[in-house]
Order: sequence, then C-alpha cells, then structure tokens
Amino acid sequence: MQTLNFQQLLRYQDQLIDGTLHTLLLTLVAAVIGTAIGVAGAAAVRSGPRPVRWAIRGYVELIRNTPSLIQLFVVFFVLPGFGLRMGAFEAAAIALGLYFGAYCTEIVRAGLDAIPGSQVEAGQCLGLTRWQVFRHVVLPPALRSVYPAFTSQFVLLLLGTSLASQISAEELFHTGGFIETRTYRSFEVYAVICGIYFALVMSFKLLFAAVGRLAFRWPVRR
Amino acid sequence: MRSFSLADFLSLLSALQWTGVLVLIALGFGAPLALALALMRTSARRALRWTATAFLQIVQGVPLLGLLMFFYFGMPVFLGVEMSPLVAVGIAMTVYTASFLGEIWRGGIEAVKHEQWEAAACLGLSTWHQFRYVIAPQAFRMALPPTVGFLVQLIKGTSLASIVGFVELARAGQLVSAATFQPLLVYSIVAAIYFAACLPLTLWARSLEARLNGAR
Repeated sequence: MQTLNFQQLLRYQDQLIDGTLHTLLLTLVAAVIGTAIGVAGAAAVRSGPRPVRWAIRGYVELIRNTPSLIQLFVVFFVLPGFGLRMGAFEAAAIALGLYFGAYCTEIVRAGLDAIPGSQVEAGQCLGLTRWQVFRHVVLPPALRSVYPAFTSQFVLLLLGTSLASQISAEELFHTGGFIETRTYRSFEVYAVICGIYFALVMSFKLLFAAVGRLAFRWPVRR
Repeated sequence: MRSFSLADFLSLLSALQWTGVLVLIALGFGAPLALALALMRTSARRALRWTATAFLQIVQGVPLLGLLMFFYFGMPVFLGVEMSPLVAVGIAMTVYTASFLGEIWRGGIEAVKHEQWEAAACLGLSTWHQFRYVIAPQAFRMALPPTVGFLVQLIKGTSLASIVGFVELARAGQLVSAATFQPLLVYSIVAAIYFAACLPLTLWARSLEARLNGAR
C-alpha cells in the first residue's frame, strides 16, 4: 500500500482547469446541437412525410442501440473521408451532438404526446390561432413534462463527454491521462478527475432542481 | 497491411462472447447488490437510506470510464496488488450495474402503494415475507421494462472495457482496424453487431412497457 500524495497534482492545476472548461464547452456545444436535432426531429416524427419519419426513427434507434464510443470512432473516421478536416474536439462535438439528439428526439416527442388532443381542440374552440395554441396550450405543459428527462439526459451527456478522450479531444479525462503519464500517481489522478466530474454533476443537478422549482414548480406535488 | 476478410469478421464475432461474459459478470454480482441498495433506499432506517443514497450519487456522478480507470489503474497502485483486466473491469461494471438497477428497482418498490405493506402486515406476515410475497411481485411488473432497457445500456457500456485493454468487441474492432487500415468499414461492422445485439432488447422493453403498463 502506498501513501497518498496529492502534492504533485497541484502543479497541473492549470491543465485541470483547462480540461474542466473544455469538458463544459463540449457538453454545451453537444447539448445545443442535440436539442436542435431533438426539437426538429420530434416535430418531423409527428407531422413530417412518411420517409422523413422513417429516417428519423432509424437514426434514433441506430444511436440508442450502439455504444457512444463506437459512434465517436465512426464520426472521427467518416469526416476526413468526405474531405472535412477537423480536430478531435469538433468531431467529438458532432458525435456527441448526434448522440444527444437521438435521446432528445424521444424526450421531446414523448413530451408533446403527453398533451391530450382535446386540449388543443379546446384552445382552437376559444378562437386561438395555431401559434397561440402552440404557445399557450401546448408549450408550457410540454416543457414541464420534458424537463426532468431532459436534465437527467444532460447529466449523462456531461459524463459521456469523457469518451471524447479516446479520440484525443482535450477534455478533462484526456487531461487525467496526461498528468498520469507524468506523475505516475494513478490513484490520486483518477480520484481527482472523478471528484471534478462529481462536483460538476452535483452543481448541475442542484441548478436544474432550483430552475425547475422556479420555472415549473417541479417536482410536481399532488 | 491487409484487406478486411472473413477471418476478421469472425474474430469480431468471437470477441462478442467476451462482451457477453462482462454483461453476465455485471449482472451476476450487480443484481444482488442492486436489490440490497433498493431495499436500503426504501428502508425505514435513516442510516441505511443515506448510505445507499451516497453510494448511488457518487457512482452516478462519475463517468463509467472514470470507474474503470480508477479500478484498473488507481486501486492496484494504491493497494499494491496486481489486478487482471477482467477483475478490474468486473468490479467497475458491477458497481455501475448495482447503482442503476438499484434506482430502477427502488422506483418499482415505491410505485407499489404503501397500503399494500400495511395490508400484508395485517395478515401477520414478517417484513421479509411482506416484501417477498406482496410487494416484490407487483414491483417486478413495473420495474421489468426499464430493467430490460438498462441491459442495453450495460451492453453498450462494456465497450469501454476496450480502453483498459480488455479484448471485447470494441477492442477487437480497434485491433482489426489497425491491421487493415479500414477504420470506417470495421467500426461500421462493430456498430452493426452491437445494434443487432441491442435492438431486440429495446423492442422487447417497449412491448413490455406497452403491455404491463397498459394493463394497469
């Protein structure tokens, strides 16, 4: 058994902060891409033409039933094939965006499906325009029912960005490997890296819970 | 450099059995632990609830890759013991499975109305018998679809074992890709194999959900 020594890690403070910021950036970029795909995908699955619906279903099932690690590898090796030269970070953002988009499509679709058609009809009977029905009748309850699933998927995305280290995107986990090869303090390095992820996840969970309480009075009490 | 051949495809397929071994290890050790966690989380004793909650929050707040690295590189160095990839990966996957299944099963147990416990207690059953004969069968019905859904997560999760050098499907893909220089083809095939293994489970989970929840 060896004694713990976190001293050496202090020298790599800057790299750790940099890695953490890259992890956050990667998460946010992938979340934005994924949310856009999710909203568009859910809208298309509900009211698009049949080939589009099938294509989106296929995409969702493909992503949900294959490991994200393999998705990262495929995207990383596909893009250069089409003449797109880009760094590991960009490839990771695209791969994770596609990954998040598939889950988001399902989440948004389920949120929209949860609104009874009779409520939309009731809105129309009041003489509201299509946009007003969407804005005042469909959107508020849909956002509210989607919120918990969306936030927990966001946390999974944050954790999932660690895989980007495998295509050498310089996020937190990559930083961990970098420090480990220089200090050989494996236990301390991975304990600290895991600790940072844990702190990030907890901060987001608390933030989401606070926003949920303010915006949606969630969790819903009966 | 050589071209991708049938032999490469067969080596990928045979690596799938190690993916299967990892899944079985994770379930074999993780499921009993998950049951214990679920019972602790629904227990009346605060100390048990808090211990289980702390464990869950930590494991679910850390990437699976982090768990793997920690048990593969961190623990052996710290404890001064050799750990084979199978043991290290097995421990990490077990912990991961226990925490997620534990939460799923807790949800199932809590979904059973509290009056059911009381009714069973009125019949003079012991706490264990109340759980075993009254609560568990109902909780099982509700927890089955998400449990099957988690199997898909687990199969996908085993791909991370490749990172610590354990030769399962994803690692076999890396090896074949390195030998043939056809990463796109090889990883597409690897993805297709995972897809073929996971899709039936996804579809099964969906039909279970429609059937079991629809009947209620």
